[in-house]
Amino acid sequence: MNFELSDEQELIRKTVRDFAESKVAPVAEELDREARFPYEIVAELAELGLMGLPIPEEYGGAGGDTVSYAIAIEELTRIDSSVAITVAAHTSLGTMPILLFGNEEQKREWLPKLASGQGLAAFGLTEPDAGSDAGATRTKAELRDGQWVIDGSKIFITNAGTDISACVTITAVTGENEISNIVVPNGTPGYEISAPMKKLGWHASDTRELSFHSCAVPEGNLLGERGRGFQQFMEILNGGRISVAAMGVGLAQGAYDLALGYAKERRQFGKPIAEFQAIQFQLADMATEIDAGRQLVYKAAWLKDHGREYALAAAQAKLFTGLLSNRVVNSSLQIHGGYGFMEEFAISRLYRDQKILEIGEGTNEVQRMVIARHLGL
Amino acid sequence: MKIAVCVKHVPEGTSRIDPGTKRLDRAGEGALNHFDANAVEEALRLKGDSDTEVVAVSLGPQKALDSLRKALAMGADRAVLVSDDAAAGSDLVATSRLLAAALAKEEPDLVLFGQQASDADGAVLWAAVAERLGRPVVSQAMELSVDGGTVHVKRQTEHGYDTIEAPLPAVVAVSDAINEPRYPSLKGIMGAKKKPQDVLSLADLGVDAGDAGEAGSRTTVLALGDPPARADSQKIEDDGNAAQAIVDFLAEKRLI
Repeated sequence: MNFELSDEQELIRKTVRDFAESKVAPVAEELDREARFPYEIVAELAELGLMGLPIPEEYGGAGGDTVSYAIAIEELTRIDSSVAITVAAHTSLGTMPILLFGNEEQKREWLPKLASGQGLAAFGLTEPDAGSDAGATRTKAELRDGQWVIDGSKIFITNAGTDISACVTITAVTGENEISNIVVPNGTPGYEISAPMKKLGWHASDTRELSFHSCAVPEGNLLGERGRGFQQFMEILNGGRISVAAMGVGLAQGAYDLALGYAKERRQFGKPIAEFQAIQFQLADMATEIDAGRQLVYKAAWLKDHGREYALAAAQAKLFTGLLSNRVVNSSLQIHGGYGFMEEFAISRLYRDQKILEIGEGTNEVQRMVIARHLGL
Repeated sequence: MKIAVCVKHVPEGTSRIDPGTKRLDRAGEGALNHFDANAVEEALRLKGDSDTEVVAVSLGPQKALDSLRKALAMGADRAVLVSDDAAAGSDLVATSRLLAAALAKEEPDLVLFGQQASDADGAVLWAAVAERLGRPVVSQAMELSVDGGTVHVKRQTEHGYDTIEAPLPAVVAVSDAINEPRYPSLKGIMGAKKKPQDVLSLADLGVDAGDAGEAGSRTTVLALGDPPARADSQKIEDDGNAAQAIVDFLAEKRLI
């Protein structure tokens, strides 16, 4: 048993933490308030190699492992969730399907552009009437004259509508009881993208509704085998859960750090509130639970890196850290008192950014379903 | 060309002095002295795409390899760590002796230092090393260029800038205003472990144990204490008139 991170993993943590604190923190509040996509930060992340961290070097990525990737997402979320989800959705949901299921030609066409951060990738699974029940997908793709002709709509899609969005991989019904994944490049006629959706949190991340009207793409844009779409997106979600779980740990850590700092400075009844046991116990609980959550996330990442079965660990990590981040942002805001309710205090943004971690990439309930299935129920 | 950059692994956060050993407490996490990151950046800038070799050099415990690895991840080509139990507790005199011995083996054209160490705030090591190597030294470099066998430096002073040139080989300590250090890229981090990292003992340097550590030091820390409290300080509590009270105070002292 070895709990030590490698020298590279430690240096990645330090580097991303340093970057997040000096480049993201100063603009996070403004980006959130103006609901402005962080183009400059994405460009800098790309330069550091963070837009393709776990993508192999031969396709233009940094060739990092899943543990390193989880650490990077955790450290970004500690400062700002909008930036973190932009990287996580681009990597785990947008780029991974092409890496895992694409043929050599598709990989050569897309991965260098995506891993270098020149283009942003999205994944279109959820539909207005197909959320947790993703198998109920209605979007259709019909093969006509060597082209897939797509009709239907997707909702809550991250990264699809930015100026640098390159493509979206969508799930579509391609036959009776048959779901497949197809890559649709931005700019394809018939692929329409809504105005940005207005959200409770993640204001600086790009979230859209997509609609497809007789949208035709080449037959070669099918990812992997026809009819494998369901298994493929299950695999993508398993991996994606590790990154969202890492967001839960990072968000909780960020909220805890804010609470600790505030409690040491805020004086009431003649002394810093951190000297009251009521506050100390809350901070002690937070620190303990965050550590537990982090171990679950790193374990899931480690299992994936070692080619072991990791779906259960990923679901447990996602469920636990979703609930954990909820408790921690709540306690942290409570410690901040009235100031925490004010937008000028970062905790208010972290509080708003939290709830989606219990919904996106599988709700708490879906995680429990996955876990129960692994228990043989 | 070959550039050596001397870097220090410093305790992260607030430095503490261990009252028992009267040495800097190095038990916790460490990091590359941020002033030295400016020196690494400047070396990499001078290197550009050329075949100039950048070697990061440090004296410290094994943990100092973390800071050397950061220099490698930023883009340095090679790292040399002088590490030996007998070197612990070296003061300026002993440290400069060991670094000079390591640098003499490397024979670089240019040696770069950061302006100071962020832990104990020492800012003279570069001068002592240059003295031992018998090389010209320029400090507080705001701009730096190398042209043939000459280094040109714009040196920041309290009353303006000095323009100085010195023949190579030379030693230059850069100001923290000279550049903004890059972040190591992910590829740089992954590639760092493949780059040579040599750890040298005192024996490798041909330095006698008696010339290193406390034995080789010329200073002894006798006692440590807090600065004396200021007797004449005056605290103004804000009862709504604090600003006026401060103005009155400054006016009384004829400061405004």
